Amino acid sequence: MKAASDANMPDATFLDSTELVLNMGPQHPSTHGVLRVILKLDGEKILGTDCVIGYLHRGVEKIAENRTWAQFNPYVDRMDYVASVSNGLGYCLAVEKLLNVEAPPRAQVVRVILTELNRIASHLVWLGTHALDIGAITPVFYCFREREEALNIFEKYCGARLTTHAFRIGGLQYETYDTFEQDVKAFCDMFPPKVDEYEELLTGNRIWKGRLTNVGVLTADECKEYGVTGPLLRAAGVKWDLRKAQPYSGYEKYDFEIPIRQNGDTFDRYIVRMQEMRQAVRIIRQAVESIPEGPIMAKVPKVIKPPVGEAYVSIEAPKGELGYYVVSDGGVQPYRVRVRPPSFVNLQALDRMVRGGLVADIVAVIGTLDIVLGEVDR
Amino acid sequence: MAATPWEGDLARELKERFGDQIGETSTYLGQNFIVANPEAVVPILEYLKLEADFDYLVDITAVDWLKRPERFDLVYIVYSFHRNERVRVKTHISDGYKPETAVGVHLTANWLEREVFDMFGIEFAGHPDMRRILMPEEWQGHPLRKDYSIIQQDQCWVQENLGIESGQ
Repeated sequence: MKAASDANMPDATFLDSTELVLNMGPQHPSTHGVLRVILKLDGEKILGTDCVIGYLHRGVEKIAENRTWAQFNPYVDRMDYVASVSNGLGYCLAVEKLLNVEAPPRAQVVRVILTELNRIASHLVWLGTHALDIGAITPVFYCFREREEALNIFEKYCGARLTTHAFRIGGLQYETYDTFEQDVKAFCDMFPPKVDEYEELLTGNRIWKGRLTNVGVLTADECKEYGVTGPLLRAAGVKWDLRKAQPYSGYEKYDFEIPIRQNGDTFDRYIVRMQEMRQAVRIIRQAVESIPEGPIMAKVPKVIKPPVGEAYVSIEAPKGELGYYVVSDGGVQPYRVRVRPPSFVNLQALDRMVRGGLVADIVAVIGTLDIVLGEVDR
Repeated sequence: MAATPWEGDLARELKERFGDQIGETSTYLGQNFIVANPEAVVPILEYLKLEADFDYLVDITAVDWLKRPERFDLVYIVYSFHRNERVRVKTHISDGYKPETAVGVHLTANWLEREVFDMFGIEFAGHPDMRRILMPEEWQGHPLRKDYSIIQQDQCWVQENLGIESGQ
């Protein structure tokens, strides 16, 4: 597009530093879905951006008001569809809070195992596509190979691979299958060497470092100002993770670290997420060794009618703080379900991250934001 | 179980500072919230940010109570990294009231307020960019209002832009 307009331009305007408005997306492979970014450029330099979103808007919050509490449960999987288990966990915890019940210990441990497996699966999608955007084609095949193993466990557990609907309000619907523990342990043994393999390909790679270091810097103060959470915040040096800050589902019982870095650039965010995958394996190992016996479902009435009231419950999803603000009027349907999506809020910082940078960097920055448009648009 | 009064240093400080601008300081299911007058919300958010370390605006949203004269609940959720504590600031506003924007206090408010405008038609005064964010810009109606039916569409928009004659 640019070349064509250059050819038609008289020579004099060639030297003018006029602004160029370039449209990127919604059908662009490295926007990870249908994100449209309008770029204002001065040559290669980005002067400003404007995000156009909403192409995937399905009115999830409106649907919630027209379904029963239990019927809405599968819908949440369709927001962040690469981390559907986390979405389901957040919703179940929010409704359980309103009902004032807690899932039994066995259910909580299984929930942690599946959620952490899903964190790994989500980070693998991020790593593969991010590397692909930068120009490293190999990692995506490796990442999807290992992700397959995690998805197989989901499939054996509940029959679905992507939109799992793994949890129910009050606990779990399904008992674990016979070889569940062996499968999970086998994954834990198989996976860490694979992370070494990815790091071998990327961490020391000069091109990778060159493309990521000091690109899309977001300092800790800027993160707080923009409400940015998750790995982006931790890469800026803030040791904050809801699993530690406000533990839910028994996370306080597990021994794990919150990886942080100091620079807040794209490379640091890469390192943080790689470390998080290793920590997730650490949590899964501890959990699978300690699955208690007992019921998997709390005493929840067949027809769920939470008492009049409201609650806000949030969890540490792979992308940041995922919150549900639920309001009940005492009826069988939610009066209001508000989802606080990490992708939507984090995407707002895109402008700050790319402004003044080069147009080639925007692809790296969209990759490092790790957004899922299903969750941005809901 | 109903909400019980919230007894805490912060609740007391807020009441001392803002007096009868704050109607209620309560706690429900272990979650603290205050109900304030609409004009006091932004000063309260500013006070919470500067004096009490609530430096992270988690969310802004609204709830439509159709039958109430002050139709909407506007809900701000703030979090303090330092205290590891969350507080909800709520206010009741009637249809057509234009609350002041919180963008001056938290930059996050920009998109969050745009979404509230898009879904509920609550316009924020002084907002730098008060446009729709998820729905198409020419769309008529605000979907999350309770008098907007789930199958309702902007028929003209659908006919014009999608070429579907029935408009559904």
